[in-house]
Amino acid sequence: MFRKTFALAAFATMAFATAAQAGDQIRIVGSSTVYPFATAVAEQFGKTSGFKTPVVESTGTGGGLKLFCAGNGPDTPSISDASRRITQSEIDNCAANGVKHVAEVVIGYDGIVVAQAKGGPKMALNLDELYRAMAKTVPVNGKLVANPYKKWSDINPKLPKEDIVVFGPASNHGTRDAVVDLIMDKACEQYPVIKALAKGPKQVACDAMREDGAFIEVSENYTVTLQKLLAMPSAVGILTYSYLDQNGDKIQAATIDGQIATYDNIASGKYPLSRPLFFYVKTSHVGKIPGIKEYIAEFTSEKAWSKDGYLAEKGLIAAPDAQRKAEAKKAKLLPDVKL
Amino acid sequence: MTDTDLVQNIPLTGIAEKVGARLNRRHAAERRFRAYGIASVGMAVVFLAVLLTSIIGKGYSAFYQHEVQISVALDPAVIDPDGKRDHHALAVADYRALVRTAMVSMFPEVADNRHERRELMDLVSEGAEELVRDKVLANPALIGTTQTLWVPVTANVDQLLKGHMSRDLSRGGQFSERQLGWIDSLTAHGLLKSHFNTWLWTQGDSRQPELAGLLGAIVGSFYSLVVTLLLSFPLGVATAIYLEEFAPQNRWTDLIEVNINNLAAVPSIVFGLLGLEMFLNVFHLPRSAPLVGGLALTLVSLPTIIIAARVALKAVPPWIREAALGLGASRWQMVVHHVLPLAMPGILTGTIIGMARAVGETAPLLMIGMVAFIVDVPASPLDPATALPVQVYLWAASPERAFVERTSAAIIVLLLFLGVMNAGAIYLRKKFERRW
Repeated sequence: MFRKTFALAAFATMAFATAAQAGDQIRIVGSSTVYPFATAVAEQFGKTSGFKTPVVESTGTGGGLKLFCAGNGPDTPSISDASRRITQSEIDNCAANGVKHVAEVVIGYDGIVVAQAKGGPKMALNLDELYRAMAKTVPVNGKLVANPYKKWSDINPKLPKEDIVVFGPASNHGTRDAVVDLIMDKACEQYPVIKALAKGPKQVACDAMREDGAFIEVSENYTVTLQKLLAMPSAVGILTYSYLDQNGDKIQAATIDGQIATYDNIASGKYPLSRPLFFYVKTSHVGKIPGIKEYIAEFTSEKAWSKDGYLAEKGLIAAPDAQRKAEAKKAKLLPDVKL
Repeated sequence: MTDTDLVQNIPLTGIAEKVGARLNRRHAAERRFRAYGIASVGMAVVFLAVLLTSIIGKGYSAFYQHEVQISVALDPAVIDPDGKRDHHALAVADYRALVRTAMVSMFPEVADNRHERRELMDLVSEGAEELVRDKVLANPALIGTTQTLWVPVTANVDQLLKGHMSRDLSRGGQFSERQLGWIDSLTAHGLLKSHFNTWLWTQGDSRQPELAGLLGAIVGSFYSLVVTLLLSFPLGVATAIYLEEFAPQNRWTDLIEVNINNLAAVPSIVFGLLGLEMFLNVFHLPRSAPLVGGLALTLVSLPTIIIAARVALKAVPPWIREAALGLGASRWQMVVHHVLPLAMPGILTGTIIGMARAVGETAPLLMIGMVAFIVDVPASPLDPATALPVQVYLWAASPERAFVERTSAAIIVLLLFLGVMNAGAIYLRKKFERRW
C-alpha cells in the first residue's frame, strides 16, 4: 500500500508538471451538423500536414461558442463550428472574456429535410402547412388560437388522414434555429394578425412549438430521429440532408413548395430550406497553436469544399463558385466578424 | 384442567387428513415460489438473449471486411523523382496515383475517361494509399518493384457485398451499373474477398468507416481505468478501514456514512461537472486527457468501493479481532495482519464492480471533453483520448451506413472488456476466499 501511495504521488506530480504544455494541438468544438465535415477535414489534415490531428468535439453550436468564448488561453478551443450565425450577445460575451478578434468563414450549405419512413404516401408540403402543423398558436379566421389541428388532413384535405407527429430538433440544436428562421418565421409573418403584434408577442406567436404531443423534441443526434421515423411510419421528422443522402433506402423526403430535396436543388437555392454553415476562428491563436492556418487552408481548399470535393461526399452542399472564392480570401486574411 | 385432559379432548378422527391437507398447502406454496423464481430467471435470460443476439447479429459483420487485391508498380518516377530516398519526400509522394494506375491496369477500358476513372477509384479506400506508403517507408528498397497486396475497398462497397445496401440506385444504392459490373467481375476473379478486419484493432477513430478502429478508445479506457484504480482502491480501502475499525460511533461518522451512501446514487453527470470545475478550471489539467477522465471516474467508483469494503470488513467475525488483540497485537497490526487479508476477497470484488461501473460511463467524460473525434492513439494519460462507451456513442451518431455494424462491434468489445473484468473478480474471490 505504501508503494502504491508513492506511485500515486509520482503520478500526480508528473501530471501537474506536464499540464503546462497544453495547446500544441488544435481544438475544435461546435455544431453537430458541421461535425462530420470538420472531422473529415481534421483527419485529412492530420494525415497530410505533419501536424497533430485536431481534436473535434461535437457540443452543439451554442455550447461550442460558449467554450470558444471562455478565454484566450491555449486550453480553450481555437475554432468553433456553427450551423447558424454567431449572435451579437455571443460576440459580446467573447469580448468580455478577452476574445476580441473572431473571424468567420462560410463553409457551404446544409439542407433541412422533412422526411418519413419509405413506403408511406409521399407528402407535398409547403411552409405554411409545416408552420400550422408545428406551431403552438396559429391564426384561424384572423384570430390567434391554440393549434386545433390533429390530422394533416385538417390542415389541407389533400394531405394524408394521419395524426400529426413531427420529430424535430430540440432547442440545443442549431437546426432548431434554422427551423424557426426558415419555416416558422417565414410562414407566420404572412398573416396580418401576427404582423400587427409587437416584437415580443410576435416572437412568441411565431416561434413557440406546440406542446400537445404533436411536435416531439429530439435533443439527441439525428440517428435517434431516424430510428423513431422507422418505428412510426406515419410520423415525419426534421433531419439534415446528409442523413437523407446516406439513408435513401429507408426514408423519403417530402417536397417543400414543390421542390425535391436534392443536392442540386439545395445548392441552387431552389429548395427553400437551406442554410449556411460556418466556422469561427480565434485569431489570437493563429501563430500560437501550430497548424491553424494550414487547417483553415485545408478546409477551404477546392479538393475539400467544392462540388467534387471530399466534403460533398459527406453531404456538404458546396457554396457557389464566387462565394467560395470570397470566403477563401476571408479565410486567408481572417478579418473580424461584423454582423 | 390437566394436560392429559387436553389430549383426551382432541378428537382423533381425521387428524391424518388435516395434516395431509396442510402439508399439501405448504408444498404448493413452495412449488409456486419455485415457479416464480424460474419465471423471473427465465425472463432475465430472455432479455439477455434478445440483447445479445441483436448486438451480435448486427455487429459480427464488422469483424471482417472486404479487400481487393492490386498489383502496385512502385514507380520511382512517382515516388522519388530526385532519387535521394529522402524520408520526407517518400512520405508525401502521390501514392494515390500508384493505386489508380494499379486499378486502371485491371480495367484498361477506363484509361482515357476521367469520369470513369473517378468512378473506379470510388471503389478503393484511401487506406490503400496508406498501406502502400507504409510499405515503401518500411523498406525503400522495394521502389522499382511491383508489389501485390490486399487493400480495403470503400465502406459502401463493403456494405453492398455484405448485403446491407441495395444494388438498386432508386432504393438507396450508391453505385452505377458500371461500378456494379466492376465489383462483380473482381468478385468472380477472386480478387475481391473478405478478410479479418485488422483496421478495427490497430487504428484510432476515422471518418472513413472502413479505416475506423477501436485501438484509441481501448487505450484511452485502459489509461482512465489505471488512474481510477490507482486512486480509488487505496482511498476507498483506507476510508473503509478507518470508518469500520478506528472511527468512533458518533453523529459525525453517521453523517459521513449517509453521505457516502448518497454519493453512490448521484447521477454520474454531476461528477463530470465537478471534474470540469475542479480539474480543468482550477487545476488546469489538459482537456480530453484520460488522466482527468480517470479522476472523474474515481469519484464515480469511490462510493461503491467504500461501501463494498465496509461490508467485507464487517463480515470478518469479531472473534478474529478479539483473539489478535488478546494476544497483544496493536489495533493497526490486528487490522493489517488479520482483518484485511480475510476481507480482501470481498474488497476486490467490490473494487472490480466499481471499476466495471466506471468503464461503462460516458456522462462524466462528456463534460471534460473526452467525447470527441480523436484520431491519434494516445501515448500517455495526458494525450487526448476517448473511451470505449464514448466510441459507441460517437459511431451511433454518425450518418454513414457502415458505422451501424461498427457501433455494435464496439459494444461487443465493451461487453468482452466487462466480461473479462467480472471473470477476474470471480477468480480473485475464489482464490482468496476463506471459510470459518
